[in-house]
Amino acid sequence: MIRRVTRFLDERAAAAPLLRKTLRYVFPDNWSFLLGEIALYSFIVLVLTGIYLTLFFEPSLKDTVYHGSYEPLQGQKMSEAYRSVVDISFKVKAGLLIRQTHHWAADVFVVAIVLHLLRVFFTGAFRRPRDLTYYVGILMLMTALLEGFLGYSIVDDLLSGMGLAIAYSVVMSLPVVGANVAMLIWGGAYPGIPSFESRMYIAHVFLLPIAIAILLSVHLLLVVARHHTQFPGPKRTERRVVGLPMVPAYVPRTLGLAFGVVAVLVLLGGLIQINPIWQWGPYSLANGTNGAQPDWYLGWLIGALRLMPGFDVTIGNYTLIPNPFWGGALFPLLVFAFLFAWPSIERRHSGDYDFHNLLDHPRDVPWRTAVGASVFSFVTIVFLAGAMDRVAVSVGVPYTWQIWIFRAALLVVPPLVFIVTQQMCSELREREWVEVEPSIARE
Amino acid sequence: MKRFGSWAIAGLVLLLGRGQRRRQLPPGKPVVEGGSPAPGSELVVVGLLLLAAALAVVFIVLFAGRANTQLLGLALGLCFAALAVASVLTAFRLLSSEVDDEPYPELHPFEAAEIEQIAVESGQHLTRRKLLVLAAGAAGTALAVALLAPLAALGPVFDTSRLRRDPWRKGMRLVDANGRVLRANDIELNTLHTAFPEGVDRENLAAPIVVVRVEPARLDLPADRSDWAPGGIVAYSKICTHAACAVALYRAPHFEPSRPRPALVCPCHYSTFDPATGGTVLFGPAGRPLPQLPLAVGRRGELIARGGFSGPVGPSWSGVRE
Repeated sequence: MIRRVTRFLDERAAAAPLLRKTLRYVFPDNWSFLLGEIALYSFIVLVLTGIYLTLFFEPSLKDTVYHGSYEPLQGQKMSEAYRSVVDISFKVKAGLLIRQTHHWAADVFVVAIVLHLLRVFFTGAFRRPRDLTYYVGILMLMTALLEGFLGYSIVDDLLSGMGLAIAYSVVMSLPVVGANVAMLIWGGAYPGIPSFESRMYIAHVFLLPIAIAILLSVHLLLVVARHHTQFPGPKRTERRVVGLPMVPAYVPRTLGLAFGVVAVLVLLGGLIQINPIWQWGPYSLANGTNGAQPDWYLGWLIGALRLMPGFDVTIGNYTLIPNPFWGGALFPLLVFAFLFAWPSIERRHSGDYDFHNLLDHPRDVPWRTAVGASVFSFVTIVFLAGAMDRVAVSVGVPYTWQIWIFRAALLVVPPLVFIVTQQMCSELREREWVEVEPSIARE
Repeated sequence: MKRFGSWAIAGLVLLLGRGQRRRQLPPGKPVVEGGSPAPGSELVVVGLLLLAAALAVVFIVLFAGRANTQLLGLALGLCFAALAVASVLTAFRLLSSEVDDEPYPELHPFEAAEIEQIAVESGQHLTRRKLLVLAAGAAGTALAVALLAPLAALGPVFDTSRLRRDPWRKGMRLVDANGRVLRANDIELNTLHTAFPEGVDRENLAAPIVVVRVEPARLDLPADRSDWAPGGIVAYSKICTHAACAVALYRAPHFEPSRPRPALVCPCHYSTFDPATGGTVLFGPAGRPLPQLPLAVGRRGELIARGGFSGPVGPSWSGVRE
């Protein structure tokens, strides 16, 4: 059987040498390399569940009246889009399971990408020759954020509408061109023309998934072309890579991970409620609710919008730069600019332009680790500030106090994290020397 | 179970034996090294695979029935979980976990030089190289712009006048969400009312307003708005000037002396506006006051607009006037 298939492929595609090489391609055997794979498998779940949802979703803002099985919405005016998602949740068989699995998969997808990014950053895996791989990965993260935002925006529930209103205001706040760009995207003043829904829909189910798929393919091709990095160890050098060959060792391992990821996502989708849009209700311009929170991966943006002191740049009576620009546009731009610029900043700072196949232990590069931890702590504080209103309700610390606590934390914590991290790194290194030296002496 | 186990082992042995007889590997070093037989684990894996099959069937049966979300999720999720455990057991107990190594790919200076050579030699007969490159660049750029130009049809790029559109006209009556005409007597202290212009599309940024009654003694409107608040009733755009959310909260003090004054609050980023002073910002990131709508009371006690808003409605943009 195997011989027949191989022969068939070799005759038709001259594929035997390639197959032979592929079967023994070595994969990393360190757990931290699995994060990227978790993102990959979440993406596959997203595509498959997403296809099922498109079979029932109606991307239309046309008015309709609900006459379904969910009593509290009976007779309510709503858009076709919202009505179809309520129907997916209550009428379509397995619809709620698939919808919730889709939503959970989106959240896990971004978690996995961010953790993967942290691993790559703190171990120096982004250095040449893998800087391009790293840039493509960051582009993928940016695309994923937009894709996720559009995903919960096309539903046209109350949270969708509030999120889109903020997005509109952030676009409007871009200096000079803001109003023009917003007109272009929304087709008019907010809430925009009816075909705005079609624009979001085609972007969410076609343009952005294709973009992610292309970026993903390039990312993986680049990984394969240069092989994965590795921590230094016996036989693990800059010139030779050690790992588990695809067959027999790696295929069952990665299948196990893939099935595990799907299992977790489906169990979450079946058992743990997420985004119960029938409770939020349909969106209307005049409606808003307290305690509204976006999906976790946009928490840092709402946090930035909330923490930013209220000031606009004005000339006389005219506004030049409205407030949402700082938190909604400039802050994420700076974070991504930092991520994009880091490889070259580090090259220039260290004067190290070499190829690196071996990874750093974070403690061995105190400077990078300290800067990374410091920036990460900054973003994390802003992220936590996004939940200030929930904290006020659940813990009772007044919102106005929290704003000042968080603002102070933003000034104090990152420098502190920088110093402490650097100190910890050098102490860890010293201790390591103490531990290693006797064994060297023995040899 | 024992009998089934021995049958399964016999079957596997036969299968493997068959493969081995046919295989004609060249004599010498084997490619795959390591690993040892683990018949017990094989049985566990077989059991898990059969469990996965059974759970998949359960999923189908549930789907054909009432399709309960939780049960469907459990069946499918556990099916994948069984497959995951089976795969991991296969990896760690049944198959070899040998590590292998290979060289990292090197640079290819020879091929790189050849690529350069091919490019140079291909263009060596060109006499006006720079001119050709410039012309091709012009064609490419112009074509790219031409192909992108239709995108301008997405919206009125340069005409931002509709941002200033205001449906409120003098004499328009205020109606509530159900279309009922609002009367001055309906507006009580410490209550937030949402209203719309009668007979106008409500999904227009400038349509929704909030109406509250402020104690006339507290009212401190700008001088030119002295007659905008009949009986202390004031109306403001409901769209926050910070990020376009609906200003849906009203902070009414439980105990006047110690609590902050009444305010309109946006639930998105907690911009807080003072209804008594013309919608000025008390707290939060908003940069402009809420635009105020001048009110009057009609002959039958109904609330009517005296004209349009005091300023542009909605979030700010470059060039908007405060």
